[in-house]
Amino acid sequence: MPTRRLLAAFAATALVLGACSDPSTAERTPTASDPIVLATGGEPDTLNPVLGFGVDGASLIFDGLVSRDGQNNLVPALAAELPAVSTDGRTVTAKLRPGVTFHNGTALTAEDVAFTYRSVLDPKVDSVLRSDLDMLTKVEATDASTVVFTLKYAYAPFLQRLTLGIVPAKALQGQDINKAGFNQKPVGTGPYKVTSWTPGDRLVLAANDTYHGGKPANSGVIVAFVDDDNVRAQRARAGEFDAAELAPKLATTFAGFTVQRVPSADYRGMMLPFGRPVTGDTAIRQALNVAVDRGAMVKGVLGGAGEPAFGPVPPNSPFAEPSVAGNTAADTAEAGQLLDAAGWAPDGDGIRAKGSQRAAFTLMYPAGDSLRKELALAVVADAKKAGIEIKLDGLTWDAIRPRMKADALIMGWGTPYDPDFISYKLFGSQFAGEASYNPGHYNSPVADKALQDGRDHADEATRKQAYATFQKQLATDVPWVFLTYLQHTYVVRNGITGVTPRVEAHEHGVENSLWWNVHTWTKR
Amino acid sequence: MIRLIRRRLAVALPVLLATSFGMFLLGAASPIDPALQYAGGAVSTASEENLAQIRANWGVDDPLPIQYLRWLTNLIGGDLGWSTSRHQPVGDVIAARAGWTLLLIGLTLLVVLLTSLLLGTIAAYRRGGLLDRGLRAAAYAVESMPVFWLALAAIAVLALALGWFPAGGLTDITATTTTLSDVAHHLALPVTVLAISQAPWFLLFVRDAVAESLLEDHVLAARARGLRGRTVLFGHALRTALLPFLTLIGTHLPELVGGSVLVETVFSLPGLGAVSVQAALGSDFPLLAAITLITTAVVLAANLLTDIAYTAADPRVRVDG
Repeated sequence: MPTRRLLAAFAATALVLGACSDPSTAERTPTASDPIVLATGGEPDTLNPVLGFGVDGASLIFDGLVSRDGQNNLVPALAAELPAVSTDGRTVTAKLRPGVTFHNGTALTAEDVAFTYRSVLDPKVDSVLRSDLDMLTKVEATDASTVVFTLKYAYAPFLQRLTLGIVPAKALQGQDINKAGFNQKPVGTGPYKVTSWTPGDRLVLAANDTYHGGKPANSGVIVAFVDDDNVRAQRARAGEFDAAELAPKLATTFAGFTVQRVPSADYRGMMLPFGRPVTGDTAIRQALNVAVDRGAMVKGVLGGAGEPAFGPVPPNSPFAEPSVAGNTAADTAEAGQLLDAAGWAPDGDGIRAKGSQRAAFTLMYPAGDSLRKELALAVVADAKKAGIEIKLDGLTWDAIRPRMKADALIMGWGTPYDPDFISYKLFGSQFAGEASYNPGHYNSPVADKALQDGRDHADEATRKQAYATFQKQLATDVPWVFLTYLQHTYVVRNGITGVTPRVEAHEHGVENSLWWNVHTWTKR
Repeated sequence: MIRLIRRRLAVALPVLLATSFGMFLLGAASPIDPALQYAGGAVSTASEENLAQIRANWGVDDPLPIQYLRWLTNLIGGDLGWSTSRHQPVGDVIAARAGWTLLLIGLTLLVVLLTSLLLGTIAAYRRGGLLDRGLRAAAYAVESMPVFWLALAAIAVLALALGWFPAGGLTDITATTTTLSDVAHHLALPVTVLAISQAPWFLLFVRDAVAESLLEDHVLAARARGLRGRTVLFGHALRTALLPFLTLIGTHLPELVGGSVLVETVFSLPGLGAVSVQAALGSDFPLLAAITLITTAVVLAANLLTDIAYTAADPRVRVDG
């Protein structure tokens, strides 16, 4: 029978295709010398620090003049000791650690450091880092191991900006840095050197046996880039990775793996624009601030992987002001009193009104971000109980940006490193409406002065005082209703030793994740 | 035949030009600012002056005709331009990724063609039989399943529950070299999923076409002459049915490319699919234009090949362009 023979032929083809799946290759027995396999969704666009890779250090491939330890305190890295700041705060001198070489064998000199920072400042270089270094006038190598930074004005947290990875000047001089091959296959001084980078797939790093901080404990690192949360979780469950970042609800314990919840300075909150009839009213903002149930959001939306937020300075920061923390549960009664006192009277439909103005406004959120959407929905429900009506609008960022001065928005940001870093521009009145800085046009002379004092004064006690004033002023004016700090969640294979979580920033990927110190990890 | 190829090439040039200009207009109409996209996470800390410098460096604020002319002149000089979303020359991005996408599409097409011809013909031969009814039911069912859903289901069952295949990637994550067996092992699932999602059309088409031609005079005559069933089925019935099938391949190629974008994303394959999405979201015109031009060229070439195959399959057909 011809058909039967055909069917047999088809079955044979299927068998051949199936035979490709040799189950023995799936079972690997890890040994100590094996490289550590990491997985993240945050693939960098470039591996060049000048263009924005590993700006805050811990980039695995590069070192800055300084780096951060497990408590996020600054420690010298390529600098022999923490750089010295002059008494007027405008000259910073760094001495280099002797005997450091790049992966290609050339010695690190002060000229490399000067070149790195000069490149960032060069308008021809497409670096957005320039905005963060706007206080820097010039960088000079005064001798082979000394670099002098000259600032336009005293900037207290300047040393925090020296975590930027240093690139070898010789490898880039005379080239168009934007288009250099270096950006894909860079040369640094860090614990790992780049073997290959296949964008969209993986970054393969080999241990730098001559690393100045000591030979790495493993032979290398492979970072798998898996953009989709669900796919990454599925591949993690299939046992492909030693450590992977997963969304809180996907990061559940499975055989052979442990969940790590890492505290972060990564906050989410509702920005309320000033100068608008409803959100511009202090009573409305204060009422919303007490009406939201932060505890329920942490439990329900974040699956427990978070903490309630009451301000932009994370509670684990030395600059945190404890008095701004309020009730983690909703206090609808207090919200009602605040609204009553300001003349927002309950109406027939349950929504309050003041004269002809209903207590209603629009809240935007980036449509692709399911976490912000869920937070927005929770805010809407809580506000309704207090008699405030919020209409939701899920949009793309391009649609959100032009409307930020008029409509509320669920925003997220945060850094554990210095309270000046983001807040200065996010809440300073001089930046109202510029780029994405102070979108809600928050304007408080008290907050402005506190933020300015915080960056002008090097003295720790004065700075703490200034940021305490700033946090209290924010709690009074409520330009944002801060909702939650996230915990970044990871799964780590049992038998990996050396994992030391530290407080993480909003931005994390290859750099500044749980694996900031992966060169000390070993795998049994 | 030479004349046909020459005429088709003459048409292809204006088509490619029009496509690229269309892409350019779409890019210009897009509200997405490539500089903001480029800044990524640093967008909230980047100053307006900083962003303006970057836009000036790229020349994206120049008038539209100037930008298009510049791109066209570079293209003629062999320079595809600079991808603002990937931070690499467009040529490099394509070179690194196009091969994998072509491999995925090529293998899928092969599997689809072989299985649909084989199964479709058999189903037509035994019309109303168990295989025929089963295949048709399965084809309609598959046609209503989105390809990404099929892909996720395949991962859940075959990769996670049974552990037969890897859940994604191109090679074993710790592999230091790209070996044929490793890639085959990783591509088996994506190719199968994409093939299954594309097969119903072809399968049903072959089945109907063969069923129809089985009733035609020359097939009946062949059977009446006492030729073997297999010879009649494949030598006479299938051959007549092949002609419209060739057209179907040409017209279905773009859909296959679209499906491959989704499959690449789900299986985290570093092909053109993922970068096209990124390029579109980042208003990265040079990369989008290059990908569109390549796709257009492939479709035009496929149509040309279809027509040539047509004349080869049926000597009566004379295509003059």
